[in-house]
Amino acid sequence: MPKKSGRDGGARRAKSRSGELRTVGHNVARAEGVEKVTGAARYIDDLVFDDMLYGATLRSTVPAGRIVAVEKDPQFDWTGFVFVDHRDITAPGRNAVAMITEDQPFLAVDRVRHQAEPIWLVAHADRARLAAGLARITVRYEKEKAQLDFETATEVLKEIAIKRGDLDAAFARADVVVEGTYRTGAQEQLYIETNGVIAQPGAGDHADGITVHGSMQCPYYVVRALRVLLGLPEAKVRVVQTTTGGGFGGKEEYPSVLAGHAALLARKAGKPVKMVYERHEDLIATTKRHPSIITHRTAMKKDGTILGIDIDLRLDGGAYVTLSPVVLSRAAIHATGPYRADAVRIRGRVMMTHTPPNGAFRGFGAPQSQFAAEVHMDRIAAELGIEPIALRRKNLFNTGDVTATGQKLHDSVAAHEVLDRALARHAIATKAAAKARGKTAAKGAVKGAVKGATKNGAAANGAPLRGTGLALFFHGSGFTGGGEVKLASKAGIALTKDGVQLLVGSTEIGQGTRTMHAQIVAESLGIPYDMIDTADPDTARVPDSGPTVASRTCMVVGRILQRAAEKLRAQLGDYDDGKSFKKRARKLLEARGTVEVIEEYERPGDIVWNDTTYEGDAYGAYAWGANIADIEIDPISYQARCTHFTAVIDIGKAIHPILAEGQIEGGTLQGIGWALYEDVVMRDGKMHNASLTNYIIPTTLDTPPITVEIVEHPYKNGPFGAKGVGECPIDGPAAAIVNAIRAATGKRLDAVPATPERIMKALV
Amino acid sequence: MATDLIPLGDPSLRQKVRLELVVNEERRDLVIDGYKSLLELLREELQLTGTKHGCELGECGACAVLLDGQLVLSCLVAAVECDGRSVQTVEGMQNGPTLHPLQSCFADAGAAQCGYCTPGFLLAAKELLERKPDATRAEIAEALSGQLCRCTGYLQIFEAVEAAAAQLRGGR
Repeated sequence: MPKKSGRDGGARRAKSRSGELRTVGHNVARAEGVEKVTGAARYIDDLVFDDMLYGATLRSTVPAGRIVAVEKDPQFDWTGFVFVDHRDITAPGRNAVAMITEDQPFLAVDRVRHQAEPIWLVAHADRARLAAGLARITVRYEKEKAQLDFETATEVLKEIAIKRGDLDAAFARADVVVEGTYRTGAQEQLYIETNGVIAQPGAGDHADGITVHGSMQCPYYVVRALRVLLGLPEAKVRVVQTTTGGGFGGKEEYPSVLAGHAALLARKAGKPVKMVYERHEDLIATTKRHPSIITHRTAMKKDGTILGIDIDLRLDGGAYVTLSPVVLSRAAIHATGPYRADAVRIRGRVMMTHTPPNGAFRGFGAPQSQFAAEVHMDRIAAELGIEPIALRRKNLFNTGDVTATGQKLHDSVAAHEVLDRALARHAIATKAAAKARGKTAAKGAVKGAVKGATKNGAAANGAPLRGTGLALFFHGSGFTGGGEVKLASKAGIALTKDGVQLLVGSTEIGQGTRTMHAQIVAESLGIPYDMIDTADPDTARVPDSGPTVASRTCMVVGRILQRAAEKLRAQLGDYDDGKSFKKRARKLLEARGTVEVIEEYERPGDIVWNDTTYEGDAYGAYAWGANIADIEIDPISYQARCTHFTAVIDIGKAIHPILAEGQIEGGTLQGIGWALYEDVVMRDGKMHNASLTNYIIPTTLDTPPITVEIVEHPYKNGPFGAKGVGECPIDGPAAAIVNAIRAATGKRLDAVPATPERIMKALV
Repeated sequence: MATDLIPLGDPSLRQKVRLELVVNEERRDLVIDGYKSLLELLREELQLTGTKHGCELGECGACAVLLDGQLVLSCLVAAVECDGRSVQTVEGMQNGPTLHPLQSCFADAGAAQCGYCTPGFLLAAKELLERKPDATRAEIAEALSGQLCRCTGYLQIFEAVEAAAAQLRGGR
């Protein structure tokens, strides 16, 4: 076996507590692994339909204004072009992207509210002609005043409040009040496959229906959007997810917009229409992570006990509501970080600006609010003169503690354990690194760095400034509050003559959905993994399992599949292996024709939520995380670089350890990118650095060694104890890195991305 | 004096060009539009869609292929430059039904998540290991630094390349 170098070998994860499991917890072959390494996997742009046109979007070039006229160059040869504008959307259809509200039009009517807003759609059979034609259509505007800065914006798209305990009394009792304001920037999901769809007229037997194939996370969101846009019943709308080249939230709600556009063109042309964004267009037009400004006021006892937490949180929503209300709610619920306080007040607002709408991105508000919480913890430690680890330990959630929404944590609380494991793993890595450098391990230096008290005298001679920073965090799995009840997700299993087929609307977007679900069902049925097949994510075939978002696909949908498997097992009666399973399956199929078990989400009895008062069990379970970042800063260029990173995450149970580690490593590096490199520069309301040359995501050379450890604190309502894994890893890196920068320099940054310019400003 | 640029969409770019090249060890004789890139030639003329486009500006590495054994970004290579030359794409990595060690190691180690960047990574890694069968972690990182991946955090890709290198050295 090849040696695993770079990452520490040996005990990289907690020992499995379920040695008897045959499939779950094992690194089975990835369901679609071979097709992805041979080039056989078909992504949307690899598909060509007969007589297909290409579609493009005419977009606004001002952030706010009235549309005076749209004019086609009369000199240009417009033969073969198809045009669509808002007048092509006719009753009973509505010009509204069905999301939480219906404020966003598919196509602007008489006003534009942000740059790159769609105004017209154009299609042609020849892509070069299409591009030439698009350039010969001009829009004249009467410009209007644009509000581009959310910090000075006054229009509120959504406001929520969380209140617990007597905050005034807590502040009256405080020995010290610590205040700080923190900012985070926008971030682009930067899936390597851009957004794309193909729409074709007709759906099954319905000539007046519509079928859309495309790259997406949530086929049923697209179904709903198309029904509203076209005024069609569900039976006449079919959506098929094609192999999807990454999502990270960026293909949660946006594909509804694009699918609508392609559908309008396809219906007008009476032909299939492909729309695949170029990178520049994808960057300027699609959603990003919400920028934030968050102020903390904390009432502290001198001994480090938190008495009261008062948080004001604002997000930049952009021009339309999209998913901002739920991003805000997740941000607010996670805003205290994993710490208890008897009195909490959180005021959260989404501000409207004339910028492209922000939306879903891995973590969904929690990375922003926990960045603020964890950088603030280091500030409290410094102001009280308490060691940061000790301060955290004193206030960290234990089983039985109560969260900001009044949720009593009675199950699967691993906040202390992940901290302990991270410190242990970091100490080992530091020792190994010191040994590799041929020096003795500087035990005191490491401890000091975590304390935030390092003074690095080496800076004077041009040596890099070094520091270490810590961040602790948690992440609720599944939809917030009553969200899962409202979703009422369905998933099921059909018996086949060779095994079973999973009927599930969850999508494979790289994270391993197909493999992980098949493992859960194989284990639950007690049959080999290779007897599990998964139906294509085609809404004509699979039920609505809810969106593939919110770290819910394993914990929530996996649990539904597990229940379906248990029911199917009961129907089949006794069998001991795959062979006897097949025998019984064939018998049952002969008797009944088809055998399908479809199960629906069932709310665990002990979860209670009040959506009016924002009180109760916000999430069924939380994943817990601890990060330690080692960084160095070049004293001449002020470029900060991560030299080692430790990530310990409790996910309940790793169904497939390699895939779970992949989620943690990928999420961690995406967080490091947000912390150090990824800077969305806006000019006149438009992304100015809309290319990969100057919107910088981490490359192989920016990737530090990452020590990953998975902790498995099982959750009783998750399949085999599993909780969510997708998002938690991105909640911590930014705070760990900014805390490390403070340890290295003694200066506060309080904002990401920590670009060289920002670091220089803080230091000089 | 600046050279006069031919505007995109100019009919002269539509002139058909005859090309002879070898793709994945197969001789191809083609007549194509003169403006096409190697990426377009592969995807549109030969239906070899394993080679991906992520930016078409030479920034992301998704379209990397081997041209006479050298790693190139096919979106930046004019198809006409490939006359008489040899191209290898991800579709040409297998030996019959047997996966190349890089392919099987990528699949097993978690190195292909969404898979979109994978073909480019595979060819960049192949080029490296042919040049340097015992490449170190640092050399692997350097050789793959032109390929962007957003899913994996790269570590499982490094592990896959190291595992494949060991298999190849072991004569498998």
